[in-house]
Amino acid sequence: MILSTTETIPGRTIKRFFGVVTGSTVRSKHIGRDLMAGIKNIFGGELKGYTELLQESREDALARMVQEAESLGANAVVNLRFATSSITQGAAELFAYGTAVQVD
Amino acid sequence: MDALIQIGFALALLAVTYFTGRRVERRHYASIRARERELAMLPAVTFRQIPSGWVVDGLGVVSGSVVVSVDYFKRFLAGLRTLVGGRVTSYETLLDRARREAILRCKEDARQRGYQAVVNLRLETTRVSRASNNSRATAGVEVLAFGTGLELRRDPR
Repeated sequence: MILSTTETIPGRTIKRFFGVVTGSTVRSKHIGRDLMAGIKNIFGGELKGYTELLQESREDALARMVQEAESLGANAVVNLRFATSSITQGAAELFAYGTAVQVD
Repeated sequence: MDALIQIGFALALLAVTYFTGRRVERRHYASIRARERELAMLPAVTFRQIPSGWVVDGLGVVSGSVVVSVDYFKRFLAGLRTLVGGRVTSYETLLDRARREAILRCKEDARQRGYQAVVNLRLETTRVSRASNNSRATAGVEVLAFGTGLELRRDPR
């Protein structure tokens, strides 16, 4: 599966469009991580636990999107985008979307 | 009496976090500057199309993200600032650090995967809230930088 944030893939032509594919996940932190972040929140600096959690969740969302694209018979996703929304206190949605295509 | 203890604790925390926050920020900026120099040869651009002179052998998505937070003292300063309005410098530097760090991590990801350039770089900023309800303050801000890493036949410079 070729993934790209550009609209085309250099050196390849798009044969077929399958439309939008999406992948999302809503995650919350467990209490231990939240506690550590609370301490970091007083002294400042990177909240590593949160960085890792969001990164892992984003990879999950991306994997779901890729799965959807594969099930459609696509071999690439172009114009890929990510979005994050704070749904409520302590939970966030990670979202990946793009256009599934078939390239030669 | 209780109120006095609380005020005393808050003042002590302000004094401590004034120094720790400054230290954290200064160190972070030093690290950012050093890595920016190191990664200067790997350009990251916001072009949507690949420049015509570049011969691309391979590509893939690269990304970098960071969650950073301000300290207690800066949050207090920002709170005061909202009374009179104007530039909230403590949050300006926080966002500046977060964006530069995210771009650096995106470039590091690209280098690790063997790419020589990043095109169509995008930045996303999200406020991260904490699960506990006692603080209305944010836990920090997440910045995500992502783009398409390119394997080039020729050096892009």
